[in-house]
Amino acid sequence: MSQPDVFEYLLRLADDRLVLGHRVSEWCGHAPILEEDIALANIALDLIGQANLLLTAAGAAEGKGRDADALAFLRDELDYRNALIVELPKGDFGFTLTRQFLFSAHALVLTDALRSSKNTELGGLADKMHKESRYHVRHSGDWMLRIGDGTEESHQRAQAAVNELWRYTGELFMADDIERRLAAQGIAVDSSKLETPWRAQVDDVLKRAGLTVPSVAWMQRGGRQGRHTEHLGHLLAEMQTLQRQHPGASW
Amino acid sequence: MMAVLDTVMDPEVPVLSVVELGIIREVDVRDDVVRVVVTPTYSGCPAMRVIEEDIEAALRSHGATKVEITTRHSPAWTTNWMPALAREKLRAYGIAPPGAAAQDVPVSIGRRRPAMRCPYCGSAATEMRSEFGSTACKAIHFCTACEQPFEEFKPI
Repeated sequence: MSQPDVFEYLLRLADDRLVLGHRVSEWCGHAPILEEDIALANIALDLIGQANLLLTAAGAAEGKGRDADALAFLRDELDYRNALIVELPKGDFGFTLTRQFLFSAHALVLTDALRSSKNTELGGLADKMHKESRYHVRHSGDWMLRIGDGTEESHQRAQAAVNELWRYTGELFMADDIERRLAAQGIAVDSSKLETPWRAQVDDVLKRAGLTVPSVAWMQRGGRQGRHTEHLGHLLAEMQTLQRQHPGASW
Repeated sequence: MMAVLDTVMDPEVPVLSVVELGIIREVDVRDDVVRVVVTPTYSGCPAMRVIEEDIEAALRSHGATKVEITTRHSPAWTTNWMPALAREKLRAYGIAPPGAAAQDVPVSIGRRRPAMRCPYCGSAATEMRSEFGSTACKAIHFCTACEQPFEEFKPI
């Protein structure tokens, strides 16, 4: 049975993780210290693994026979449903960790709420993602304290990252009709309800890190509707090149 | 059949069988088909596919002609499913076994976590060096008593 709302919702969850996982994987071999190289590669693996499971579930909900690979490698930019925050270039180490912290803190409250989803497949995946989000947020949260409350330069870079990223956080809490319909059925979570618990954790850590939240008049949006920044196309071009040049290639 | 599966080792932690790892949820034989239900560990664990291939190969070498391996995601795998004997094997191998996994307590950030006991000398004078080790499931610690680095199988 085709479930278009569930398909759309699972795509959003999956695309956030696939695109961010790809971004984080760009640090592999380039992180400032070996431990962080390993940590970031492991986190990227978790995110891409989560995306793989979610895309598989999305393909089943769509009912057109598309598997995770077809959805990852054969969709164009306009069909991607990730929030804009995950597609921004990786920036410096401070920018990457700040994004990881803001995103992981969101993933933590989201997956916690989704564990009781009436869609048992999604509930099970949420339970698993929640466990992983716990150590993702611990890793990046510890780093926020270290760089925010570190040297003058690390503080300045962390604050610059918070300032740049903040305008992209609002999109994570914008609910639409699809989400509200699913939330009414107990399948999804109304994103707007996640902002308060997210802010509690983010404010606590940023305050302890000596960082301030900028005031932002307009929150960027559009990713959930397929309107992306110019960065996503470049990312997909790299990620999809093999399947585009050699359709059906496998090993 | 469980005894056969108990000979299939985790490729990343070769002292633990897939049964001891706690990922085998059900095994049954009906109409010549061996059905195995597996709950994978980490989302990004690259060993899962190898593990499934190893399970199938082991069952076939013990006479199974048809093997069906299915994946169950709910409830999610937890290290709490690892029996005491498996924990002892980990320790003997030099990996500190996972403590009790608690999912419903808030994540503490920037707080010192309780020190792991060194699997080599038993000292608690240890410190965490990295939350991430050679695989997603392990963290790296250092024992200041015997001056050895060691891995911890993280509780999740």
